[in-house]
Amino acid sequence: MTTLDQAQAPSRAAPAAEKTRRPGLRRAGGYLVRFLLVVFFAFPLVFMFMSSLKPDEQIFADLSSIKAFLPVGDISLANYTGVFDTVPAGRFLLNSIVITTLIVLVGLLVNSMAAFALSRMRWRGKSVVLAAIIATLVVPFETFALPLLWWVNKLPWFLFQGGQLYYTTGWLDTYRVQIFPFLANAFSIYLFYSYFQSIPTTLDEAARVDGAGWFRIYRSVVMPLAGPAIATVAILTFLPAWNSYLWPLMVVQSENLRPVMVGISYFQQLKVLWGQIMAYSTLITIPVLVMFLALQRQFIRSIASAGVKG
Amino acid sequence: MAVTQETPATSGPRAATPAASGSTRRIRRRGEGLMGAAMVGPAVLLLIVFFFVPVALCFALAFTNARLISPEPAKIIGFENFSRLFGDPVFWKALRNTFYFAVVVVPLQSGFALLLALLVNARIRGVNFFRTMYFVPVVTSIVVVSILWKFMYQPDGLINHMLGALTFNVVQGTDWLNNLTAAMPAIMFMSIWQAVGFHMVIWLSGLQTIPGELYEAAELDGAGKWQQFRYITWPGLKATRTFILVTITIAALSLFAQINVMTQGGPLDRTSTVVFQAVRVGYGQQETAYASTISLVFFVLVLAVSLVQRYLTREKG
Repeated sequence: MTTLDQAQAPSRAAPAAEKTRRPGLRRAGGYLVRFLLVVFFAFPLVFMFMSSLKPDEQIFADLSSIKAFLPVGDISLANYTGVFDTVPAGRFLLNSIVITTLIVLVGLLVNSMAAFALSRMRWRGKSVVLAAIIATLVVPFETFALPLLWWVNKLPWFLFQGGQLYYTTGWLDTYRVQIFPFLANAFSIYLFYSYFQSIPTTLDEAARVDGAGWFRIYRSVVMPLAGPAIATVAILTFLPAWNSYLWPLMVVQSENLRPVMVGISYFQQLKVLWGQIMAYSTLITIPVLVMFLALQRQFIRSIASAGVKG
Repeated sequence: MAVTQETPATSGPRAATPAASGSTRRIRRRGEGLMGAAMVGPAVLLLIVFFFVPVALCFALAFTNARLISPEPAKIIGFENFSRLFGDPVFWKALRNTFYFAVVVVPLQSGFALLLALLVNARIRGVNFFRTMYFVPVVTSIVVVSILWKFMYQPDGLINHMLGALTFNVVQGTDWLNNLTAAMPAIMFMSIWQAVGFHMVIWLSGLQTIPGELYEAAELDGAGKWQQFRYITWPGLKATRTFILVTITIAALSLFAQINVMTQGGPLDRTSTVVFQAVRVGYGQQETAYASTISLVFFVLVLAVSLVQRYLTREKG
């Protein structure tokens, strides 16, 4: 190319001329690469969605041509209704919605309160608690999932029925065992904590002078300013809760307590009806996909902040 | 991380410093300790019960004969589980497979993610569309992805039909998940497809912390694209690099869902992994003690990775 020109220094004209000559081709090439990558990432999901609309024989017949990715032939929602006839998929969806919502909402409350106390208040043992929370960040769930399984089977639970207090042991096969272990989250606390540290304390000192209590400062001063942190934590707890698999696989036996991911993994072992399996897959992917497309900037910012903070 | 608070939590009123104004200070003191404990309490209690105790149990139970459901209390049996572990050929296979997966996936996935990040960091029209599309597999559950690819990897499945069509039948497919040598690479390919968008976004956030003026200056000095990458981008990504390597490595070592859905460790234990073994033993066979021993090995691996991270991030001071 123009290495000679560049070596002779200040000829700025050369690169400029080059820019006007080649950008068209170059840009087209760049777009081509990017579009091929879109195809690479999208084709399995397009295939999944299209197959969910077709009868099994047609799915297989279409495999050898571009039709596999097109809504052609005998298109219907029969597979979707079929799923609901075969398994209580509605119940699975409801279970996942309830469990995920509780994990996200209660998690937001518990973790932000803890972060507030760590960031704003002075109390005995704070530095120890903060250090312990940060130390937990590196330990993945898989390391202690099996001891936890043994442990939750020994945990007590209290029931209050008809004016009497009952005491039972063992959390297996319940809703609570799918929720409680995931409420407190060291990473959420850490994200809230670092966000709270960036909010100036002058605001809560002013509120304090006006007679506001600590909880009030938390609720009315700090939390209303923490929108981005709330969104980040909500997204980062929503995804693993909705997608959780390993834990419910081990702790849930009853069909009516199953969340969607365990439901589908049993479903595909039960019957090899690919159209229905694809329909079920589409069904449990769409809520997340819609939420992602609606909030994609937030999603991407949340994931990015996970990286920056680490 | 800078502590902008007063003093970092020493006990009691003695900590008062002349720097802060006395009046607000006195109001703050009252009930603060109690209220602080109340607000941090739920989280701490939950973390103790569902994190610290099980982690401690992982160490303790490894020296016992505890079973998941057993009428008899667990007995201490010393290092018996460990000698069983060292003589267990399936465990060694699982450990080898786990390393194989990590050694291939970590560099490929982080490199591919960086390439994608560079592609979507350019100032071109529609860049948001590309970012979104590359990220879509990340929000799809790994269970759904595994089921879908299991279907596509069948001998007469979509992948083999596409391979035939794209190469004019030069390349013959195989029964991917039942082929001794192809099963693990097939799972690796799918795992990278699913997760690479996540790390693209993290690279991207690293790229965006590099000031644009550096590139402008380099361009004025006549630096080519490669030189710009080599001398500006790469050094600027140092912190991001360490983070990405550590998260991908830990995720790779934790490989489970894909195996459980697609192969159950087969064919001939070629895709069995450490976490899959722990679950098979601790849940399937209810041998909590032995599963804790396997988990302990996994814990040591993860700890080693994060110690390496500590070391790498420390050297820059």
